[in-house]
Amino acid sequence: MSPEFPKKVRSDLNPSRVLTFRIDGRDVSARADESILIVARQNGIAIPTLCHLDGLSERGACRLCIVEIKGSARLQPACVTYPRQDMEVVTTSERVVAYRRKILELLFTERNHVCSVCVSNGHCELQDLAVELGVSHVRYPYLYPGYPVDASHERFCVDHNRCVLCLRCVRVCDEIEGAHTWDVMGRGITSQVIIDLNQPWGTSETCTSCGKCVQVCPTGALTEKGRSVAEISRRRRFLPYLQMMRERRDER
Amino acid sequence: MQADNSPPGGQSSTPSSPPADPRLRLVDRTMQLYHHEGHALIETLHAAQESFGYLDEGIMHYIAGRLRVPLSRVFAVATFYHAFTLKPPGKHTCVICLGTACYIGGSRAILDGIRDREGIAAGETTADGEVSLVVARCLGSCGLAPAGVFDGEVAGRLDPQQVLDRIGRWRHDDPA
Amino acid sequence: MILHSEDLHRIARDEQDRRDGFRHQVHVCMAAGCLSCGSGEVKQALEAEVARRGLAGRCQVKGVGCLGLCAAGPLVAVDDGATRYQGVQAADAAAIVDALGGSPVERLRCSGDMAFFQRQTRIVTENCGRIDPERIEEYIAAAGYHGLHRALTGMSRQEVIDEVGHSGLRGRGGAGFPAGLKWTAVAKAGDSLKFVICNADEGDPGAFMDRSVLESDPHRVIEGMAIAGYAIGASQGFIYVRAEYPLAVKRVRHALAQAERLGLLGNGIFHTPFTFHIKVRLGAGAFVCGEETALIASIEGRMGRPRPRPPFPAEFGLWEHPTLINNVETFANVAPIIRNGAAWFSAIGTEKSRGTKVFALAGKVVNTGLIEVPMGTTLRDIVFEIGGGIPGGRRFKAVQTGGPSGGCIPSQFLDMPVDYESLAQVGSIMGSGGMIVIDDSACMVDVARFFMEFCMTESCGKCVPCRVGTRQIHDLLARITAGQATPADQATLEDLCDLVRHTSLCGLGQSSPNPVLTTLKYFRDEYHAHIHERRCLAGACSAAGEVV
Repeated sequence: MSPEFPKKVRSDLNPSRVLTFRIDGRDVSARADESILIVARQNGIAIPTLCHLDGLSERGACRLCIVEIKGSARLQPACVTYPRQDMEVVTTSERVVAYRRKILELLFTERNHVCSVCVSNGHCELQDLAVELGVSHVRYPYLYPGYPVDASHERFCVDHNRCVLCLRCVRVCDEIEGAHTWDVMGRGITSQVIIDLNQPWGTSETCTSCGKCVQVCPTGALTEKGRSVAEISRRRRFLPYLQMMRERRDER
Repeated sequence: MQADNSPPGGQSSTPSSPPADPRLRLVDRTMQLYHHEGHALIETLHAAQESFGYLDEGIMHYIAGRLRVPLSRVFAVATFYHAFTLKPPGKHTCVICLGTACYIGGSRAILDGIRDREGIAAGETTADGEVSLVVARCLGSCGLAPAGVFDGEVAGRLDPQQVLDRIGRWRHDDPA
Repeated sequence: MILHSEDLHRIARDEQDRRDGFRHQVHVCMAAGCLSCGSGEVKQALEAEVARRGLAGRCQVKGVGCLGLCAAGPLVAVDDGATRYQGVQAADAAAIVDALGGSPVERLRCSGDMAFFQRQTRIVTENCGRIDPERIEEYIAAAGYHGLHRALTGMSRQEVIDEVGHSGLRGRGGAGFPAGLKWTAVAKAGDSLKFVICNADEGDPGAFMDRSVLESDPHRVIEGMAIAGYAIGASQGFIYVRAEYPLAVKRVRHALAQAERLGLLGNGIFHTPFTFHIKVRLGAGAFVCGEETALIASIEGRMGRPRPRPPFPAEFGLWEHPTLINNVETFANVAPIIRNGAAWFSAIGTEKSRGTKVFALAGKVVNTGLIEVPMGTTLRDIVFEIGGGIPGGRRFKAVQTGGPSGGCIPSQFLDMPVDYESLAQVGSIMGSGGMIVIDDSACMVDVARFFMEFCMTESCGKCVPCRVGTRQIHDLLARITAGQATPADQATLEDLCDLVRHTSLCGLGQSSPNPVLTTLKYFRDEYHAHIHERRCLAGACSAAGEVV
């Protein structure tokens, strides 16, 4: 984005065009600008997701929502793939289910996800996914990184050991709150979410303490202080609402 | 966010002495060249690193304010790219290439040699602040593998002893 | 100043006259490789020697781009390659000047005067080692900017695209996508603002083709980009070049300033309505920025993290406008195609891979350096004829092409013609043109580990399979080379490679298992020996040896 080169609206997805295609053998109809994930959910077909959250931009990064498309060798993430007329999508083939399971196992090995001592136990999307996908053991070695916990903020706490790098916190802070307090430092396996110039949360000069990041976190990485094991709950209904209100701001 | 348009200083540990550090001139000129647009961030960080030798909090804060880019974005970009360093470099810098041809040609043994004698691994600086060791992904000097750069001067067909001698000479030339 | 076609011819003629005024030409390689061996001092010494003898009017000493045989630098070519000297030192200047017009200095003569130079076909590197890369006049005298002139004044945009399409030119950056199709897609995109990007972020370890081209003949790339800009309807170009190539950056900037001064870039080029500007953007050391969408993010000043495609940059590129991205070598082929015609180009190479390919030949081979050969040349010709074989009496084991996305090709495929399809068939890729020869002193499991370490540290970290998978694969390979792995680990290794390949977000993640997969396929015995016998067949992994 830059004033020199103004931003353009994506024009190849025509919202007024309606097309029909098949998901898991069922005929469905959809608008051309609705992703396969959205259309599947509208039709009661659940596709596992982690980085996706209604109300935030899509990243296509966790790869849990991969689906097969007949005639294409490449698997596609449902959250950023758009239907074409007569496309045939398979969401639950043995192949994609096996891949999803392995991706989830990789996530479990990456940090220290110890459910029994986690405030999110019972309210954790990572945990729910493991149950849903039947991950009962992890076949890869645990990496056991030693990450710090930052409890310097008066109300909130970040434990990087529970982070899955979905970047919901980064997106909600940038796209909804407009503060862009969060971002990711480093790259690859050493990536880590940061506050401002990688400083303690309590010293941030940009954080508005709105708590949206805490509400969208899928695991126990971002929590409110004063909760004990399995106590946390998340409120997210504000998100699609705020997104809608933002989109309609120009009309008012 | 509070846009901080003042030169670095005060609370941070900037190497510059406010208000008018001459080293900021290159940084300012780069930002001007790009009309202080956010997309000039990487070019500006290059300029800052060239001027200061590394990127500290003060200069990152300064650039964030001037380009109106979030602080966390500046830090993210500065740590995503290998070209940037957040630590002050040693007086001398030895770059050893770890490209394929150099690896096949034995650059690993050179790194091991430096580790054994100087006690530093890639990305580290000796305790006396004299020598920094950096590894490069590929210098493009594959025809001269294994290759390295000693204080900006490219040298090829290195062996461990040769490299240790060169480092030794640095120490010898400027007794602390 | 804006040139007419007469001006272009006049500059070329003047330059030719200037050149003809000299009886002898002494070319000193001033590319990065030779510079690092002291070619700068050699040039000074030769100049001083010529001046001392009062020959300055008759003998021209000039710095040129890459002469190719980097292994034997500093290189000096006399009278346009009639004689080549290697390993020249400043002290040799007098002897070289003595020998001008007489018999060459035998002790310095290039042993590589044979196949290394004779077997090459030069299109992209036709000016490398012949012109002074810092003088636009020399490029113009070598038919430079004639292609741009022809395109702007004699061809419609569609005709230019057709010419490139008919030539059969395919992207030289890796995947080999037909350039004509890419250009057509961007040309068709409906937007008044479009961009041309030259990808000079040559990140493959073991590749230095793009660096050499930019250092030796930067105007060729600029001309190709301008022709592309005209064809697709763009007026702004960017060259995204690695900051690790300071000399290339300097020469490109210098060349841009010269082209602007002569009005070959700017407004109303050759008095036509066509306007084109080029800016340089520095990379900052991220291999992933070779991926198109990551490269775009980097030019926009952000972290170079790829985004899912579609939409493709041809429709949604830089600042979301249609963008054509080709690499240095692709653009370097464009001007000759426009100048000489598609038929000329497509007569070179093979049925599906037209033209030539520049390779950076390195590793355990006698003649390391930069070579350009017709597509379809066999690996054996490249390694043993042009490359002069394996030094030190060792045995050829494999050749690695395509960098971390490529694979290791064993000796049974030495007679395979090198083209996009053949390389893909054996599990590797053309890549940008790095070609590393590996001899029997190297352990192939360790080579695989080396590449996986590269992929692990270069992974942008966005998608889970690449971020965590490359780390897990690397750790497994490290255990194998240390002689601590079990047979189950090998199964896990293969399983993870399959996962990363099929579920990663971008091409770099998807192709990162290739070095492991090809070594598993062709050098399985080495994995077996490490795991089952705690032994490294090459004797390279010391830890494995100790475990017995």
